[in-house]
Parts: sequence; structure tokens; C-alpha cells
Amino acid sequence: MTVPADAARRRIVEIFISEEGPLLRRWSQISGAPIDELRDLHQALRTALAGDADLADVRGLLGELSRARARQGYTPSDTARVVFSLKEAVYEQVEADGQGDALRGFAWLSRLIDDLGLFTFETYSAAREKIIIDQAEQLLELSTPVVKLWEGIVAVPLVGTLDSARTQVVMEKLLQTLVDTGSEHAVIDITGVPAVDTEVAQHLLKTVVAARLMGAECVISGIRPQIAHTIVTLGIEFGDIVTKASLADALAYALSRSGVQLKGAATTRVAVRAERD
Amino acid sequence: MERVPILKLGDILIVSIQIDLDDQSVLTLQEDLADTVVSRGARGVIIDITAVEIVDSFIGRMLSTIAAMTRMLDAETVVVGMRPAVAITLVELGLSLGGVRTALNLEKGVVMLEHARSAEG
Amino acid sequence: MSGPQEMPIATNGDVVLVRQKVRSVAAEIGLSLVDQTKIVTAASELARNVLVHAGGGRVEVEKVSTGLRPGLRLVFSDEGPGISDIAQAMTDGFTTGGGLGLGLSGSRRLVDEFDLVSAPGEGTRITVTKWSR
Repeated sequence: MTVPADAARRRIVEIFISEEGPLLRRWSQISGAPIDELRDLHQALRTALAGDADLADVRGLLGELSRARARQGYTPSDTARVVFSLKEAVYEQVEADGQGDALRGFAWLSRLIDDLGLFTFETYSAAREKIIIDQAEQLLELSTPVVKLWEGIVAVPLVGTLDSARTQVVMEKLLQTLVDTGSEHAVIDITGVPAVDTEVAQHLLKTVVAARLMGAECVISGIRPQIAHTIVTLGIEFGDIVTKASLADALAYALSRSGVQLKGAATTRVAVRAERD
Repeated sequence: MERVPILKLGDILIVSIQIDLDDQSVLTLQEDLADTVVSRGARGVIIDITAVEIVDSFIGRMLSTIAAMTRMLDAETVVVGMRPAVAITLVELGLSLGGVRTALNLEKGVVMLEHARSAEG
Repeated sequence: MSGPQEMPIATNGDVVLVRQKVRSVAAEIGLSLVDQTKIVTAASELARNVLVHAGGGRVEVEKVSTGLRPGLRLVFSDEGPGISDIAQAMTDGFTTGGGLGLGLSGSRRLVDEFDLVSAPGEGTRITVTKWSR
């Protein structure tokens, strides 16, 4: 570093430290951030500027700040403004100082703040992306319950619109449950599914075939008239796949296939049918 | 080349594939198995693929061939323990393993063979 | 991104090594278990094709990225007789190697991108890519 540049840098750091009080107040005013939060940042920056300009601590604090703001739903501009507004606050002090050294030093500090601002922005977007991915995963988890209906019989009651990705996840989970529980019968109930497209219908079909390859049987229940219409219109071959009108019918079918005798089955079924309406 | 061991339990032969099979080993296993069915007078064969990470068309064809071959030699074959990922991949690949009986695990495979036998009387 | 890694395909044992390599890279980039199984199965089919139809060749295994999603790219190439009728070769059940005829058509269904370049006497080059979901 040349001598004049060094002097400029020293001067701006001096201002930065000596004018802490007014600087922080102004910074807080412009950015809208609480003064306590900014004081920590100021401390870290000051240590870095006075020392060997190692910004690791500053970045650490900024990273936390950006992540917290991403979670709290601040906009990216609001978040970046916290850093960029420091420039304006410092500039006002530099102007008051009126020296050439201070101005030159400001140019140097300004570039440093720009870098920190970009860093904030990057951390913010990374945090937002992570939140979105986590939520999507949670949603998938929530929407894919595989329940045990009876010893050796499991079911997936599907509710809501099925897209290709979700169908695949549900189906993989169902097949894994067959292995884990040693269940030879599975019911895929789509009573709560308003519509399916070709791809989803294909996935359902492939799951039934895959289960068969593994040594288990799948029954699809609750196909709505519109869905039956779609499947036939699209020309998708459902072949020898067993379908039942309701989950109750599917369970009765699976029970009889696994050798369970239902006593008074007729009455039971009437009761369940009544509940459905 | 590695050889897959063939175990005998009563009149059932059990083959548990624990290694990543190359094509030559697949063919060897096929021949070994046919020989053993005859020499031991086996009535059933269980092929356990619990540890098998992929079944491609070559191994798929072996499973179908073994099933058809042993049936001709009066023994029923059951393939057990296929992993979900393997089953999904086979479906996508377009292999249906026609003529091959399957069960979720070894225990259910044994039960299936016993049922098949008692049905025969 | 590390550069492509080349592996020879000259023996049945090499096909097994290719499968193991593809499996480990697929796991490394975070493909789901099902997607790992699909790409490894496709690699097995295509490697066998190279061996059966051209007597040998090679595969390049490469990690790729769209910026957001990581992926795995495999390039199988040989200097064999090539394919004269690609459309026919891609049909389910069509075979010249005595197999089930699912090698090409089946592996195309197992990957996200499939590109085949071939002409009689000029060898064959098949590029497949699987992206992380």
C-alpha cells in the first residue's frame, strides 16, 4: 500500500471509530434496523478495519442477519439496504470532516461495503432457496401417509392434485412400506383426487406393476367418474389391475384375498357405505 | 469370476445373490442351478435378490429362463426380496419377468412353494 | 466440477466396474435411490451393448450441472460397425445381439436425455444424462 493511500485509509478508520455515536444513529435511521444490531456490526467492522482487514467476523454477523431476515420475510432490498446505507451514514461524517484524505479513504471503504452488500444478498437468496426446498419437502412428507389397515394390508389415501413428482414420491414410499412391513396387499385410494393427467395415470399403473414384481398386490379404489373418463379417453390400458369403488370395498377385497373371513360382512359394508354419504 | 453358492433346505434350493454379477457368472449360475435341481431332486427354487442393487435385461432374462427351465424339471421358482427401486426400474425398462413368481421375502417365498405343493396334492 | 473420467469396456468384468463407478458418482451428486438405480441399470445396458456389438469401447463418466441441479452424464463410444437404422434399433424388442431388445429403447426410458450418433462403419456414440430431481 502506498503512503498516501495508507493515510487515507487511516483517516477513514479514525472517523469510523471516533464518530461511532452519530454514525450509528444515522445508520439506524436510514436502514430502519435496530441500533443494537448495527452496534455489533460496527464493532466487528472496526476491529477488522483497524487490524488486518480480516472480514470473517463481519461476514459471519451479516450471514446471520441475512438468514434471519430471509426467514422473517423481509424483501431482499430491505436486507441489502442495511449494508448499503452505511455508506450514506459514513459519507455524511466524511463531508463534515472535509479533508481530501477522508474522501479518498471513503472510496476505499465504499468498495468494501459494496462487497459486503453483495455477500448479504447472496446469503439472503441462498437462505430463501433453502426455505423453499424445505417447505416443499415437508409438504411432500405431510401429503404422503402410508397407513396400515390390517395385518398385511397397507393403504395410501391420496388427497388433492397429483403431479408427477408427488405421485412418484408416494409410490416409492408405498413400495418401501410393503417391504418394511411385509405386507402383501396395498390399496391406493384416490377418492380425494379431483383429476389425473396421462403421466400421473402412468405412474399409478407402473406402481401396481412394480408391486406385483416384488410379490405384492395393489388395488386402486375411489376412481371418480371424470378420472375413469380421462383414463379411457387417453387410451391408457389399465389391463388386469383390480379397481374398487370405495376404500371399504378395496379393504374387503384385500381381506378376502389374504384369507380373512368377515363375519356379518354384509352389515358392516352397509354401515360403511352409509358413512360415505 | 465368482460362483454363487446354492444351498439345499429339504427339497428346496436357495440361491442368495450377494455379489455384483457379471454376465458370465449369470450364465454359470443358470447352468449350475439346472444341474443341481436334477441331481438333488429339488421341487422348489428360491432366488433371493434382497442384496441385488440392479436387475438389468440380462439378469432379468436369467430369472425368466431359470423359472421356465426349473418348471420343465418339475420344480417351481420364486424370486424373493426385490427392492422397490429395482422393481420401478424394471417396469420403466419394459421387463415384466413373465412367468416368474415373486414374494416379498424369503419366508413368504417358502410359504408360497409349500402352498404350490399342497395344491398339487 | 471435476472433468470426465474415462473407463475402458473390454470385458464382462469392466461392465461391473462401470456399474460400480456410476453408482458411486450418482450417490455423490445426491440422486435419489430410484434415480441411482435407473442410471446404473441404463449404464449396464449400454456398456453391454458396446461389448456385444462393437467388441469393446469406452465410457466417460462426468458430473454436470445446470447451475441449480446437479446431474450425471455418461458418454459411451465405440469404433464398431455402427447402426444403419437408428429408428429400428430404438424399437422395443428389436435385437441383433440375441438379447431381449430392450438395451437401447429401455435405457432411453431410464434417463432424462438420450442422444445417439452413429453411421455404418463409423462406430456409435451414445450420450445419456440424468438430472437430480
